[in-house]
Amino acid sequence: MAINPKKHEMPTQAPDVRAHNFQEVALGYTSEMAVSEAERCLNCKNQPCVSGCPVNIHIPEFIDYIKKGDFEGAYQEISKSSSLPAVCGRVCPQETQCESKCTLGVKFEPVGIGRLERFVADWHNENVTENPVKPVPNGHRVAVVGSGPSGLTCAGALAKKGYDVTVYEALHTAGGVLVYGIPEFRLPKTIVAKEVDTLKALGVRIETNVVIGKTLTVDELFEMGFEAVFIGSGAGLPSFMNIPGESLKGVYSANEFLTRSNLMKAYREDSDTPIMKGGKVAVVGGGNVAMDAARTALRLGAEKVYIVYRRSMEELPARREEVEHAEEEGVDFQLLRNPVEILGFQNPEDPRDPRNGFVTSMRCVKMELGEPDEKGRRKPVVIPGSEYELEVDTVVMSIGTSPNPLIKDTTNGLEVNARGGIIVNEEGLTSRESVYAGGDAVTGAATVISAMGAGKTAAKAIDDYLMNN
Amino acid sequence: MYKIVRKKSLNKTVTQMEIEAPLVARKGKPGQFIILRVDSEGERIPLTIAGTNPKEGTVKIIFQVVGGTTTKLNNKNEGEFIEDFVGPLGRATHTEGIQKVCIVGGGVGCAIAMPVAEEFHRLGASVTSIVGFRDENLVILEDEFKACSDKLIIMTDDGSYGRHGNVTVPLKEMLEAGEQFDMIITIGPLIMMKFVTLTAQPFGVPVTASMNPIMIDGTGMCGGCRLTLHRDGERITKFACVDGPEFNAYEIDFDEAMSRGRMYADFERHSYEETCNLFKKA
Repeated sequence: MAINPKKHEMPTQAPDVRAHNFQEVALGYTSEMAVSEAERCLNCKNQPCVSGCPVNIHIPEFIDYIKKGDFEGAYQEISKSSSLPAVCGRVCPQETQCESKCTLGVKFEPVGIGRLERFVADWHNENVTENPVKPVPNGHRVAVVGSGPSGLTCAGALAKKGYDVTVYEALHTAGGVLVYGIPEFRLPKTIVAKEVDTLKALGVRIETNVVIGKTLTVDELFEMGFEAVFIGSGAGLPSFMNIPGESLKGVYSANEFLTRSNLMKAYREDSDTPIMKGGKVAVVGGGNVAMDAARTALRLGAEKVYIVYRRSMEELPARREEVEHAEEEGVDFQLLRNPVEILGFQNPEDPRDPRNGFVTSMRCVKMELGEPDEKGRRKPVVIPGSEYELEVDTVVMSIGTSPNPLIKDTTNGLEVNARGGIIVNEEGLTSRESVYAGGDAVTGAATVISAMGAGKTAAKAIDDYLMNN
Repeated sequence: MYKIVRKKSLNKTVTQMEIEAPLVARKGKPGQFIILRVDSEGERIPLTIAGTNPKEGTVKIIFQVVGGTTTKLNNKNEGEFIEDFVGPLGRATHTEGIQKVCIVGGGVGCAIAMPVAEEFHRLGASVTSIVGFRDENLVILEDEFKACSDKLIIMTDDGSYGRHGNVTVPLKEMLEAGEQFDMIITIGPLIMMKFVTLTAQPFGVPVTASMNPIMIDGTGMCGGCRLTLHRDGERITKFACVDGPEFNAYEIDFDEAMSRGRMYADFERHSYEETCNLFKKA
């Protein structure tokens, strides 16, 4: 049988429809599509795809179950390695991970591993109602700081081994970036809630409204009887460009803009949380977070949304799929452009004019790519005399974050690097005995799956440590 | 869920509640704040800690009914619960080495100023308190201030209680009379704090202002609470939630903070009216 050279297309909402709603963009495979896509897998002996997965999911094995129509079997196979399959199937950059190693990919399109993972997880969530069997307790207690992807993964892996795990979350809902950052249309919150419920069924306790470093310190966690602590507190303070006008009304960090819309549900008419809607919106930056912010702005009713990025499309760090989706929905990519000032309204006659201090435009310069820098990326250089004004009402700065100091400042002996990231060894162990860390708190802003990988590595190290002591 | 253990009305629009939150009560210090949500659909609002009772495990908050959320909160009764309550957030008031302090509070800001004054009093410092209100009916916490102040001056805008005028009037008189303070701490409306700072400036007295900007998470994640400090000719961006809420008042860009504070003025007015209508109907 000849192999279909192309992946089965993912059914999606039409761009002109989805640009105005917050429902999920990708609709997921049907059973028939999934089986048919699974049949494209060559079941290679050396399993190159597995090496491309930060949590080493047994990919050919789970795909084999799909081929046989045993979707629950496939789910159980994935669960051996991943605590959040429905999440990963949606937000992982598979094109640079598992799928980039797929043998089929040499000649054709690789197997749609991510789409299959998502299908399996969704099938399980829809069709299987019984809870996983609670493991036999082993009597050891571990505290996890932060309920984002690294924390949940670490908690899940330890709970499966019988550990008594408590996760401390600063916000009022568990999920970290999965609930405050990634928008509903890319990752529905019910899916995150379902994954969290699965962990709870395994015995994981989740304590919301506890800020480690404030409400409790790491040292107090040990006093409370925890034998090891995993810190997965995530990325921290949003960065700004330090250009004039960033304090005007209508300028947000991407974190704030997305948190208002996602976690605080400002996109809903009945929400108590305000957000600037409509008008013209410029999102500064080119990462996945910038794409999320731009597409959120569209759905909130903006008449025009720009991505302003200082390099070209080739260097744009966001996932290709997200960029394509954004383009299809009508986001205007202003590439090789950089803001130098944000301008606001000021009525010279009336200092009490309510319009005073709101953003009216952003002054930008055009850029060209010069010599490659030490990392090999071509450095953008300003084209002299290229200044122009972009008329906007809202500016969203999406240019990264720097680590949160709360835990570092309150934990003696916890070493951090020059950027403020917690220093760990290859097992996730910090400079403090029994304290492990992973995810953005260590690496700075990175992907959900790399954070999950770190959570999994640390869980294994914590298990080794506590079993041998 | 967090229980409202006690509720007391301080005046027409200002309410005091004691909330059961043992972890926060154990750690909370004057100058720090909490964030709460009234119900599962509510917004997150920051409120400064007005006192703690670690033994009982309760935290005192004082709030003015100004918008939708504070209206909903005010409609909760003793024994009822609120959805979320997290803290203590921000840094505690810096007290070290201060032997003579002047606390200048305005309006509901006095609710925040009072525990700060109490803390200095407890530490043995000499405390002068100047508190200002619009009129007689809005005066709050008079007895509390009396108990912890070596000198208390109450001002009202219309002269209906205490002295007539702004809080800057007696402050200026005292400074002109040669009164020496190690620190002036001002807590209240931005415009008042700005003028307290301008009043103190010629006398070279250090001034600390407690900022209460718009916030969401309160842990340094969203950056909504950012404000600008001017230091040595440079603009420095700070986050009130993790770097503050107290800052060197001479460095704060008060005009910018006032402008940012009005970002959602329309939305808030609308939400307040809607919530009031809901409660009227009910």
